[in-house]
Amino acid sequence: MSEMNLAQSSLSLALWINLKREVIVAVRHKGELANPLMFFLMVVVFIPLGISPEPKVLAPLAPGLIWVIALLATLLSLDGLFRSDYEDGSLEQMLMSPQPLAIFVVTKILAHWLMTGVPLTLIAPALGLMLYLPAEGYGAMLLSLFIGTGSLSMIGAIGAALTVSLRKGGLVLSLIVMPLYVPVLIFGASAVTSAVGGDKIGLEIAILLAMFLTAMLLAPFAAAGALKIGTDA
Amino acid sequence: MASWQWFHRMGSPKWFYEKMRIWMLALGFLSCAMIMVGMVWGLAFAPAELKQGNSYRIMYVHVPTAIVSMGGYYVMAIAGAIGLIWRMKLSFMVMKSTAPVGAILTFLGLFTGAVWGKPTWGVYWVWDARITFMVILFFIYLGIIALQEAYPDKDMGDKAAALLSLVGMVVVPLIYKSVDWWFTLHQKSTFKLTEKSTIDPSMAYPLILMIFATYMFFAWMVIYRTRVEILYRERKTQWVKQALLGPA
Repeated sequence: MSEMNLAQSSLSLALWINLKREVIVAVRHKGELANPLMFFLMVVVFIPLGISPEPKVLAPLAPGLIWVIALLATLLSLDGLFRSDYEDGSLEQMLMSPQPLAIFVVTKILAHWLMTGVPLTLIAPALGLMLYLPAEGYGAMLLSLFIGTGSLSMIGAIGAALTVSLRKGGLVLSLIVMPLYVPVLIFGASAVTSAVGGDKIGLEIAILLAMFLTAMLLAPFAAAGALKIGTDA
Repeated sequence: MASWQWFHRMGSPKWFYEKMRIWMLALGFLSCAMIMVGMVWGLAFAPAELKQGNSYRIMYVHVPTAIVSMGGYYVMAIAGAIGLIWRMKLSFMVMKSTAPVGAILTFLGLFTGAVWGKPTWGVYWVWDARITFMVILFFIYLGIIALQEAYPDKDMGDKAAALLSLVGMVVVPLIYKSVDWWFTLHQKSTFKLTEKSTIDPSMAYPLILMIFATYMFFAWMVIYRTRVEILYRERKTQWVKQALLGPA
């Protein structure tokens, strides 16, 4: 019985300690934290320059554009997800620890989401303003990005784990992850579009949530398996 | 235990190489013959369609390649799964051989679709649910090939690609469904895709023949490529030297 308790407490302890570690490491690398956000902002500046500054033109495009750019920004941040741990050997320590590797992966994904997905969601309203997103769309945009970026981090973690040992894995990572992002993009962007059109968004949000939960169930194990392949364990 | 013997024997590249020779020849001959018969039948003897005239005849290439390209994905993913679970090297070789065949069939399906679209809809490209899905499937195939190629170490590349194709197996139906939903949401109802609810038997028979022929062609190509892959990967073994150079 005591052994059982010990195992359980050490599991949650490992989860907690790792999450703390990930957040601290992320906060101390402020530059890496800001990069996806800067990318997000810069691309949004490009759009009026490339297409048109007219509100009439930009407003209907805004929901989809914001979602596509958020997706690309997430994609850019993925490469570093397991890279430093792989290079300095922390990953091997995690592999050797008594806790399952999936636990560590969960904390890494969670930290990644907190450090990229959530900030992206928080600055999205500013970008909505710049692209003349109609006022009805903001709530749906915040909600769909908040849930959707979680799925993006989960699915992306699998790709990051699969390419962790490749020296130039960045491009391959984007190639393998992008097709897998299609369902999230479809339902995320259409939640915002329906909200702008005055429709209910319950269906889209429910499906986004379902995808998030399914990804949470499966992705850590897939990513852990991929990490084992990458480290040749 | 004895019933599992065939399974273990199949894991041996040498056994596969030797036994599949006759299958390869048979499938190659049969698929070529069937494709020729099906082509002549479909292109020359099947009646012209009422609305589309003769342009519908590209269906005899388009439909079979599209069907087999989706089936091929599952062949690839299941081969990868067998490799990961039972650590069977041969099944990774099958997976590696299947990916380019599937990708090329997907591309052929897209290409013939575009060629068919021009006379029927007036444009080469339409963002229709099935076309969009096929494009994404094509990218998934390419991603798996790219991942496998990116690894300098063959073993790791095999396993990584197998894992990715398994992840794809979960996501591909989801993509199919979501693209379908997306399309019904956006449909402008200018194009009618499925107007032929019933297809005349005189048109259907060559189509069925072509579907079978394309499946056989797929199997032929996979076996052929797997045998080449076996020779390449086992090139340092004695049996390969003997098989290719004759007994020394």
